[in-house]
Amino acid sequence: MVTFGSGRPVPSRVAATGPRFTFYAALAIVLMFLDQRGNWLEYARYGLSAAAYPVQLAVNSPSAAWRWVRGNFATRERLTAENTALREANKALELRALRTESLEAENAQLRELTAAMPDVAERWIVAEVLAIELTTLRQRVVVNKGAADGVFKGQSVLARGGLIGQVMRAGPWSAEIILISDPEHAVPVQVLRSGLRTIAVGQGNTGVMTLPYLPVNSDIKVDDVLVTSGLGGVFPAGYPVARVIDVGRDPGQPLALVHAEPLAAIDRDREVMLVWFRADHPAAPAAPSTVVPAPPEASP
Amino acid sequence: MNARAREPRGPMLLSALIALIFQVVPLPDWLSIARPAFLVLVVLYWSIVSPRAGGLLFPFACGLALDVFRGAVLGEHALALTLVAFLVMRFHLLIRAKPLFEQALIVFAALTLYEFVVWCIDGWTGHTLNSALRWLHPVTGGLIWPVVFGVLSRTHRPR
Repeated sequence: MVTFGSGRPVPSRVAATGPRFTFYAALAIVLMFLDQRGNWLEYARYGLSAAAYPVQLAVNSPSAAWRWVRGNFATRERLTAENTALREANKALELRALRTESLEAENAQLRELTAAMPDVAERWIVAEVLAIELTTLRQRVVVNKGAADGVFKGQSVLARGGLIGQVMRAGPWSAEIILISDPEHAVPVQVLRSGLRTIAVGQGNTGVMTLPYLPVNSDIKVDDVLVTSGLGGVFPAGYPVARVIDVGRDPGQPLALVHAEPLAAIDRDREVMLVWFRADHPAAPAAPSTVVPAPPEASP
Repeated sequence: MNARAREPRGPMLLSALIALIFQVVPLPDWLSIARPAFLVLVVLYWSIVSPRAGGLLFPFACGLALDVFRGAVLGEHALALTLVAFLVMRFHLLIRAKPLFEQALIVFAALTLYEFVVWCIDGWTGHTLNSALRWLHPVTGGLIWPVVFGVLSRTHRPR
């Protein structure tokens, strides 16, 4: 390296100059600011996620190929066994559907409605989870359906067993889903048995959620099922979320320590359902404006 | 202009793409926590060996790609990666002359700084994640540095 007394390298060899760094750093900060404040970068993000899709497909291809091979070379016995299991499951579902119908009719009578309400779910599409890891310590997945299929931000995502999350960002052909077990996610829930309403928060672990806002004396016990309460304006009411696995009551503490286990197989299911709900159904997610408590009456 | 043409741009871009794939390919939980940040390592390598091949645009673009893939605030990883690459480029002649072991220590420090910047921005933007496990990847990154260096130095003519 040639130096001329000043101790600085010859300028032509320097790729990283202060002004250039300042430029890129300022650019990054402006981007962050725009992304954080207002949604001015929605279009840029939309385009970028389209550009990312080929890489996501490439990453997904080995596992997709493996499943294709396994599916094609499935043995006869396995297929028969699977068929039998599915037939059993179907029978059980049919029985439950029969009961649901009679319950719905009864409910309609009780509410003095002329006809039973249709199901709150209007339509749904099945999306496949791409084998992409977003962030290790957060719980997010990417699915292969996007805005081109009508997917929108805040849409509820269900899987076998119950709720698994909501759409966080919809790209053109893919969507990012935040799971209910993400530490940044919280679901408004209701205890099915007692009607107690609270919030279930993720912990960054697929197997456990916490209910941090329950007083020590609240009516909750192990094996209680939590369903969505319909408050908060995102999820409709009545979808199963989790089962309480552990209730810790310390008389010295104001709040109980409650853990619940998500009912949906979050880390095992490769197929999820993106659901559209009827906006005029009683169980549809309450719009935030209707959740706000009525203003106190003016005192005389 | 001739000197510019000899910069190993092809291997640089290809290695970045492969590193990005390594960084998002799903692994079992215990392994994925310890997974080194491959793309950051690749950017550090090219910043040390051939800073003029990509300049600061290369770290910035790689950071932006990470932002898109991880669903972070746009610019978060870009800023962290640009900062780390800038510091490394400033001292690249010094670092290049060091034995691999010392380089690994420097890389560990750079990765820690990178994760620190990301952690700060996470906090400021309201995505706090205070798990001690997030500080694990600089260690594995430092440990794997000799391998990364060995593999990448075979992709272009020595300088």
